[in-house]
Amino acid sequence: MNLTLRIWRQQGPETPGEMTEYRVSGISEDMSFLEMLDTLNEELILRGERPVAFDHDCREGICGACGMVINGQAHGPERTTTCQLHMRHFDDGDTIDVEPWRAGAFPVVRDLMVDRSALDRIIGSGGYVTAPTGSAPEAHATPVPKEAADLAFEHAECIGCGACVAACPNGSAMLFTAAKVVHLNVLPQGAPERASRVRNMVETMDAEGFGGCTNTGECATACPKGIPLTGIARLNREFLRS
Amino acid sequence: MVMASATRTNRTTRTPAPGRHPSSLASLWRSSVGKKAVMAVSGLVMLAYLVAHMLGNLKVFSGPDDINGYAHWLRTLGQPFLHYGWFLWLARLVLLAAVLAHGTAAYQLSRRDLKARPVKYVHQRQRATYATRTMRWGGVILGLFIVWHILDLTTLTVNPAAEEGHPYQNIVASFSTWYSGGIYCLAMLALGLHVRHGFWSAAQTLGANNPRRDRGLKLAANGLALLLTAGFLSVPVAVMAGLVR
Ligand code: HEM
Ligand code: SF4
Ligand code: FES
Repeated sequence: MNLTLRIWRQQGPETPGEMTEYRVSGISEDMSFLEMLDTLNEELILRGERPVAFDHDCREGICGACGMVINGQAHGPERTTTCQLHMRHFDDGDTIDVEPWRAGAFPVVRDLMVDRSALDRIIGSGGYVTAPTGSAPEAHATPVPKEAADLAFEHAECIGCGACVAACPNGSAMLFTAAKVVHLNVLPQGAPERASRVRNMVETMDAEGFGGCTNTGECATACPKGIPLTGIARLNREFLRS
Repeated sequence: MVMASATRTNRTTRTPAPGRHPSSLASLWRSSVGKKAVMAVSGLVMLAYLVAHMLGNLKVFSGPDDINGYAHWLRTLGQPFLHYGWFLWLARLVLLAAVLAHGTAAYQLSRRDLKARPVKYVHQRQRATYATRTMRWGGVILGLFIVWHILDLTTLTVNPAAEEGHPYQNIVASFSTWYSGGIYCLAMLALGLHVRHGFWSAAQTLGANNPRRDRGLKLAANGLALLLTAGFLSVPVAVMAGLVR
């Protein structure tokens, strides 16, 4: 495949950036989107130009590092992470726009790389259970109802990629925060800190400059892990009852 | 877990200390989630009022005596416990509070939302429904309409007939002008859109939604929006068609 790429290039956080056009050829449809970018970067290096900076780590859809907006969609046209997006979802001759996550709380570091540590600070303010650690407890020591376990698992799937924030017209982190709060608040282990957890995490979310939720639903559509929009309703309920 | 590879360490941590939160209305209003809840509750209060208002309006079809009598009855409601007209003023007070709370929350939250997405995407795509995308401007239209509507049929300032105590005559006179009928019809379409997103959204905001209820709530929102819009529209349409005169 031969493709035209229009990629956001920005030297650093304070410098202005712009969309820059590149052509790549000989792309196999079995390549992932990141491998396609690797191909471009190898060419750029050979030409003596600065390669395109982007985040990635596991390349198997579990770490959440590889976010970028492809043709206006977070993680591109398929419901998966960018590293798991294959080039067969594009056609020969396509022009593809690649931009970084856009949100006030996610400053661009360079090119397609943004600083998502605001999400870490939300977690730091309550996304854990205060408990003595040690060896893992016996599995039957704390019984968990099936429905609660299913809910917790569903919400625990969040990999913190930030696609929800990038897709939201308000740059809101409600889906992310909902995933973290619901995951812990429905479990008996999370119950003692149920109220303070949701209050602290919502407060940090606001303080970090994320927007509010207008129930637009773009987040849940973009989420590679299928965190449901109704999780936000559950977060709201947890907040209001606290 | 989140692993932002390039972390700027010069940012101060604003993590609040756990467990020191006064539980009050002020702290509710300060948080984006709480403010949104105020918006949802005030929206639902207005919505309940509008259902009653719409049903009352349909009395136009049973003639001048019926609706004029109904208007009088509204003022005697609660007597002798309340004085003449007090019930109506109480309702107006509640509605005024609801409109102010709703509008203020909408304004403050919208400002916050716009600031949270300072840079737009070069590659734009439109996906949310029309009703969702028009909540802000639709809300502004509704706010302006409320002002016009009060000047037209409550204070009678801009009403062509302006007969105090005779709503039937005032309604017919108002909707006999093209501009008043037009403004009213447009506003009711905006209302339908606002309610279509708003009712479901309020359920979501107040934590009443879950996967099992989601479809039902969306259907209810559409039904409610359709009912309100059709009910309110029937009056000006009937006047303009000459069925009510
Ligand atoms: C003063 C004029 C009004 C303004 C400026 C306004 C504005 C807004 C805005 C900006 C939203 C948030 C939309 C979003 O989250 O995407 C909203 C939601 C809502 N509005 Fe209004 N609106 C007005 C009048 C009304 C009226 C007359 C009703 C009664 C039917 C109403 C009912 C609602 C409801 C139920 C919601 C949903 C609240 C939620 O999302 O939790 N609004 N309004
Ligand atoms: S909720 Fe979904 S989109 Fe948002 S950070 Fe978690 S995995 Fe990514
Ligand atoms: S690189 Fe880990 S999820 Fe894509």
